[in-house]
Amino acid sequence: MMMNDMPQAVQAQEPTQVSGRRIGDVVLDLQNISLSFGGVKALTNISFDVREHEIRSIIGPNGAGKSSMLNVINGVYHPQEGRILFRGEERRRMEPHMAAAQGIARTFQNIALFKGMSVLDNIMTGRNLKMKCGLLAHALYWGRAQKEEIAHRVKVEEVIDFLEIQDIRKTPVGALPYGLQKRVELGRALAAEPNLLLLDEPMAGMNVEEKQDMCRFILDVNDQFGTTIVLIEHDMGVVMDISDRVVVLDYGKKIGDGVPDEVRANEDVIRAYLGTSH
Amino acid sequence: MGFFLETLFGGLMAGMLYSLIALGFVLIYKASGVFNFAQGAMVLFAALAMARFAEWIPKWLGFDNLILANLLAFGVAMALMVVLAWVIERLCLSKLVNQEGITLLMATLGISYFLDGLGQTLFGNDIYSINVGMPKEPAMILEGTFQGGLLISKEDLVAALIAAGLVLALALFFQKTTTGRALRAVADDHQAAQSIGIPLNRIWVIVWSVAGFAALVAGIIWGSKLGVQFSLSLVALKALPVVILGGLTSVPGAILGGLIIGVGEKLSEIYLGSFFGGGIEIWFAYVLALGFLLVRPQGLFGEKIIDRV
Amino acid sequence: MLYRENGQFKTSYAADQQIFPIAQDRLAIGLLLLVAFVVMPMAGSEYLFRAVLIPFLILALAALGLNILVGYCGQISLGTGAFMAVGAYAAYNFMVRIDGMPLIGAMLLGGLTATVVGVLFGVPSLRIKGLYLAVATLAAQFFTDWAFLRISWFTNNSTSGSVSVAGLNVFGLPIESPVAKYLFCLTVVCVFALAAKNLTRTATGRQWMAIRDMDVAAAVIGIRPVYAKLTAFAVSSFIVGVAGVLWAFVHLGAWEPAAFSIDRSFQLLFMVIIGGLGSIMGAFFGAAFIVVLPIILDQVPHLLGIPLSTATTSHLVHMIFGALIVFFLIAEPHGLAKLWSIGKQKLRLWPFPH
Repeated sequence: MMMNDMPQAVQAQEPTQVSGRRIGDVVLDLQNISLSFGGVKALTNISFDVREHEIRSIIGPNGAGKSSMLNVINGVYHPQEGRILFRGEERRRMEPHMAAAQGIARTFQNIALFKGMSVLDNIMTGRNLKMKCGLLAHALYWGRAQKEEIAHRVKVEEVIDFLEIQDIRKTPVGALPYGLQKRVELGRALAAEPNLLLLDEPMAGMNVEEKQDMCRFILDVNDQFGTTIVLIEHDMGVVMDISDRVVVLDYGKKIGDGVPDEVRANEDVIRAYLGTSH
Repeated sequence: MGFFLETLFGGLMAGMLYSLIALGFVLIYKASGVFNFAQGAMVLFAALAMARFAEWIPKWLGFDNLILANLLAFGVAMALMVVLAWVIERLCLSKLVNQEGITLLMATLGISYFLDGLGQTLFGNDIYSINVGMPKEPAMILEGTFQGGLLISKEDLVAALIAAGLVLALALFFQKTTTGRALRAVADDHQAAQSIGIPLNRIWVIVWSVAGFAALVAGIIWGSKLGVQFSLSLVALKALPVVILGGLTSVPGAILGGLIIGVGEKLSEIYLGSFFGGGIEIWFAYVLALGFLLVRPQGLFGEKIIDRV
Repeated sequence: MLYRENGQFKTSYAADQQIFPIAQDRLAIGLLLLVAFVVMPMAGSEYLFRAVLIPFLILALAALGLNILVGYCGQISLGTGAFMAVGAYAAYNFMVRIDGMPLIGAMLLGGLTATVVGVLFGVPSLRIKGLYLAVATLAAQFFTDWAFLRISWFTNNSTSGSVSVAGLNVFGLPIESPVAKYLFCLTVVCVFALAAKNLTRTATGRQWMAIRDMDVAAAVIGIRPVYAKLTAFAVSSFIVGVAGVLWAFVHLGAWEPAAFSIDRSFQLLFMVIIGGLGSIMGAFFGAAFIVVLPIILDQVPHLLGIPLSTATTSHLVHMIFGALIVFFLIAEPHGLAKLWSIGKQKLRLWPFPH
């Protein structure tokens, strides 16, 4: 029950967070997505949309296809069927770096930081798309290249301040505890100033305090920067409290979609979670 | 036509020997995920041991019997290869479990240098001969079918037969015995195999010993043909494209890859070589493998590699 | 003066991002450069230049190039010798075929040719990884070995297969004496080391390291794998190509393809591993170690009165290198450079480590 109490406390601090934000138009529309790996179906005919500024959660049991869904959204996997409309435009086959160029950033379920680099450098990679200097300028590191590095360093320091990780900025990420690594990964995504942020179980394996911090960061990002968020999370208390709408997957199929209260009352969802007849 | 067939046969026989060395690669890769660059050094080391012990043992024991000397030398050399396998597992592999492939590859490069140095320090660095009674004179076959018949080296024929037999035996060992099954389990998933009680370390020692055995046989065959010297260690570099072509995880792939490259090398040298100024054997196999990699990275029979995120 | 950073506050990001943020380090590197550029040319013997310093500098440069590919971008190469050869033979051809081609021009053009060939053989890296890539680079090695031996156009139809250059000069200054050769190599190496350091500490370097550490995550954050890998191949083979030109022109003077054989490729890889993967300084440590060790092994037994034969020495060198490779990969994958920085870390707290 502790899990459930915690996000309510967070919400109490910001009583207007849901009503105060302006949920906008549909930014991402997924239509009839099917994905399979050599005959194994990972996703079957899934459709849902994401609106501007909202926190959209994807829930479901293990192996339901949640991470595959995120991988489809940012171009790591290419669905065999279905259409993806991003900001009203249909997307052709797209590579991850193109998705990033359109303003989609993400974190991973199993932390995917660059282990050999410091926290600062990891977050600096998030600025990569916004840096314009070429190879030769970097080799000289004179004038424009240095100015650019410093300008982006300033931005990155803002992210570091926001996430309260000033003291570890020069530490190699491999040496950090799990909770901090997750935070650095969020920082890397934020440094890209995304307009759509995909978070894959940002709170998995965290203690209550770390979860509270992470919840606060997610809500702040959503609130302050107006970033649209797609969230995968197993902690139902967190999901029901901070999400605007929730989509439920089970065995690669969509079994529920709606505001938290609707989903909570959905019989298919209850059955999937309680594991009765299939 | 006769000339073409002679070339073809020559290629097939050379290819069988490539397969034998390639098999050593495949065995180790399957069971431990290590791309063993030291296979060539193992061939050299085994051949040196074989050649020198066949020379020393009769001297030490004071007898003069070629067959006995060869048998004893073979036994000692094989024992050395097992010890080597054990030492490599103890000092190197067990400390590098779960490292990336590229790190393991570099480690075997280190092992390869060490073995080259060790072998030549222990056994000397001249050219030694291995005499296991391989027939040296060529034979004519199919004289009735073609005018002039086909000239075939008996030595190559015997070597190819031995190699084929060994390849078959290893394939059976892998498929039919309990140890073979354990090996395949380890190859699939180290941790899962350990969890059902397969002793990982012992399996690795066995695999490296088997690869050592393959190296010894290959060393004897090549050594009796060309003499045992440092360049033997480079034969393994020829076998690399074979594994790439056949697929790193496939025993049949190693065999077929060896044959394709053996034949391809000989035919290309004869029919294309003149356009390029000769000597294209050196890179033909590599360029073939490289071209293949771009089209089908997993090789002919290898398992498709799927990256999971 | 103790090795301390107390009281050295950085008030700007520029100050925080300099190569040597600690004042004592800056002093040390200044002294090192002073010794290298001023003291050495006055004090060094001809043997020292020819047998130790010049090979050390050139191999360090090649190892630096290789380290960018292997250590920073995580792409293995067993064909470094091939790219050195491409640089050397290309520069040779630019020299003999174009009248009045200056040494520096030929050197840079040689490097550029190596870049083109390097990128060409780097293209497979977009589809394949690890050991498969190793085989692709071996293909480059064997192909160039053959090409420079058999295609006589590359050697300007030299009958012996060996080619040579003479009368080297830079802006009219002859590069003939050992000291001049040493200073020329030193200057080139310093320039490239600085450029490489700059690349690795800016966005380009971060892209390479991101690809090395986790390529999928790198692509997701907006790094184009094609661009990152191919620039690593390009920069790496450019530096390696220039090192090849220096090795052939300045160190050897006359050479055959065997100077850039697969053994050279392995030797350079060993320098990178022993010196430290992903470290500019590591390339220098590795090169120093591998150049100096055989000399020591050659000299010390003599001094002790137990002379070893050359063959034994070379086998011993093989064994020691092999054992060290395995040792470093197991115990300290970041090599001597990491040991060095651990040592410095300890020194900062010495004599009160708590």
